[in-house]
Amino acid sequence: MDSLTIIAVASIVIAGITTGFGTMGPAFAEGRAVSTALTALAQQPDASATITRTLFVGLAMIESTAIYCFVVSMILIFANPFWNYGIALAAALAAGK
Amino acid sequence: MHLSPDEVIFWQLGFFKLNATIAYTWALMLLLVVGSRLITRHLSTDHKRSRWQNLLEIVVTGIETQIAEVGLRHPRKYMGFLGTLFLFVAMASLCTVIPGYEPPTGSLSTTAALALCVMVAVPLFGIEDQGLGGYLKSYLEPTAIMLPFNLISEISRTLALAVRLFGNMMSGAMIIGILLSITPFIFPIVMTVLGLLTGMVQAYIFSILAAVYIAAATQVRKPKLKTEPELAPKI
Repeated sequence: MDSLTIIAVASIVIAGITTGFGTMGPAFAEGRAVSTALTALAQQPDASATITRTLFVGLAMIESTAIYCFVVSMILIFANPFWNYGIALAAALAAGK
Repeated sequence: MHLSPDEVIFWQLGFFKLNATIAYTWALMLLLVVGSRLITRHLSTDHKRSRWQNLLEIVVTGIETQIAEVGLRHPRKYMGFLGTLFLFVAMASLCTVIPGYEPPTGSLSTTAALALCVMVAVPLFGIEDQGLGGYLKSYLEPTAIMLPFNLISEISRTLALAVRLFGNMMSGAMIIGILLSITPFIFPIVMTVLGLLTGMVQAYIFSILAAVYIAAATQVRKPKLKTEPELAPKI
């Protein structure tokens, strides 16, 4: 297995694992946040504007960690610097031969 | 399919590149400035007013109410900055209904610039409200040991603001691009609608978080006069 193959395999596998783990944690956390917010809404319906606004802000903060994992996966698949370097090296070697 | 509108280059002269991000940002700025100038040319205070003036009044009073609810005591002072943040990000996301347009907030440069604006504005508002000594002393709250953690949190929440907005916008565009090659008929339209919704939510989140950071920096720690009651920021 030459280095280009190793780079490709590692990038693909890690991109998949990153997205997999990165969506599990925030999903659990957001589920708990929404359920607590629903309990609070049921107990105090006239505070619903404040509760809803705080819920959305909290969900956006939790969501950001999922977004970080997504961004890393996208970089690994579409803008991978190691892959680009490997391709440039291989092209230079092929042209030099 | 590209990662961000930075890679679509319209024109290039040596080092300077006119890419899609810059072009669409300037188009948005033109749209917002010219549109609001046209609407506010003939403002009227009686019952007969144009529907565009009504629209702008709804938007402005809505933003003012939200800023006041976060806990900032004179919303008009901060409404220029926070309102512009919200309107820019919201309009950038709304214009995706125009074919051929890509939101400039889908590029990390734009979102990093907006987050840096917030990072500069928070100390400015804090110093304007509490004086330089008072603002710097707030970094030592609650104890002096927290100084490095407060500094790190400044940087990390700026980074989080930038990456959150960039990630949400980029993921919307990427999902639509991928779906267009798999199921080209109805499903990309559904995902575009979802992208509109997340765009508006992220615009709201960005400006509300900026308001919360400014409120934390301008919060009155102890009442200065005996007659002024201490106001706690309501979230």
